Amino acid sequence: MEAVVFFVAAIGALGGAIGVIAMRNPFYSVLALIVHLFSLAALFLLLTSAFVAAAQVVVYAGAVMVLYVFVVAYVGGGGESAWEPIPGQRLLAPLLAIALFVELSIAVLGSALKALETKGPEVSAGFGNPAAIGRLLLEKFLLPFEASSILLLLAAVGAIVLAARRREGEGDTPSKHSPSRLEGVSPSP
Amino acid sequence: MNIEWYIVLSSLLFATGVLGILIRRSPMVILLCLELMLNAGNLALVAFSRMVGNGQGQVFAVIVMVIAACEVVVGLGLIVAIFRRRLPLNVDDLRELRG
Repeated sequence: MEAVVFFVAAIGALGGAIGVIAMRNPFYSVLALIVHLFSLAALFLLLTSAFVAAAQVVVYAGAVMVLYVFVVAYVGGGGESAWEPIPGQRLLAPLLAIALFVELSIAVLGSALKALETKGPEVSAGFGNPAAIGRLLLEKFLLPFEASSILLLLAAVGAIVLAARRREGEGDTPSKHSPSRLEGVSPSP
Repeated sequence: MNIEWYIVLSSLLFATGVLGILIRRSPMVILLCLELMLNAGNLALVAFSRMVGNGQGQVFAVIVMVIAACEVVVGLGLIVAIFRRRLPLNVDDLRELRG
């Protein structure tokens, strides 16, 4: 049963990943990434990490992907040019990717980690549930936790500064919705 | 399933993300491929956490999710800014900063 779930989720994750890089339209790429993220959440559940799986579905497949969909709808698809700055790039790239995969697999499987061939030790029923992760975050990893919250705040402010309309920016369409409260923060064009 | 299956799947997903970054031109799809690579790393972290039988690797995975969200927000802000200035959304045309 576990093997069936693993292979279904693995095929979903791999198919989603291939869909992301193969789809012409960025909108379909985003949808393929959502399939990939849900399959990964199933894999996380198999690895008895319920909190990470829930965060994956809620944060990633929920919030981040909605942001992607909004930006794709705003910017629009648009075809990619077939011009290659490096000749034969589309042929060399798969070779490099296969070489990277083989190298990574050799590096990990050829290591002396004996426990790789097991299912891992028996863990208690509370392994990876929100209580355990929350205790770790607030007791052992309090500093990284706070640092990541500051990083999120910085990223939000940075994105507002980057994407805000400028007052007299070049090439901007003038709009009456221009946010005046950002005038002091936005860099001079 | 043994842990090594998860690790091999994770390296396969990482290689897929690298392939996407190498062959695609649209900055938006390149951001999506970065997500693929970060998620492959997350899968490896959670698998190793299960292998050791210790929840600390899952905390790492949660922090990686935070980093990925920050990267998405800043990257999409850049894409919107590029689009507003009517520059082409193509990483090969946006090469002014290249030496």
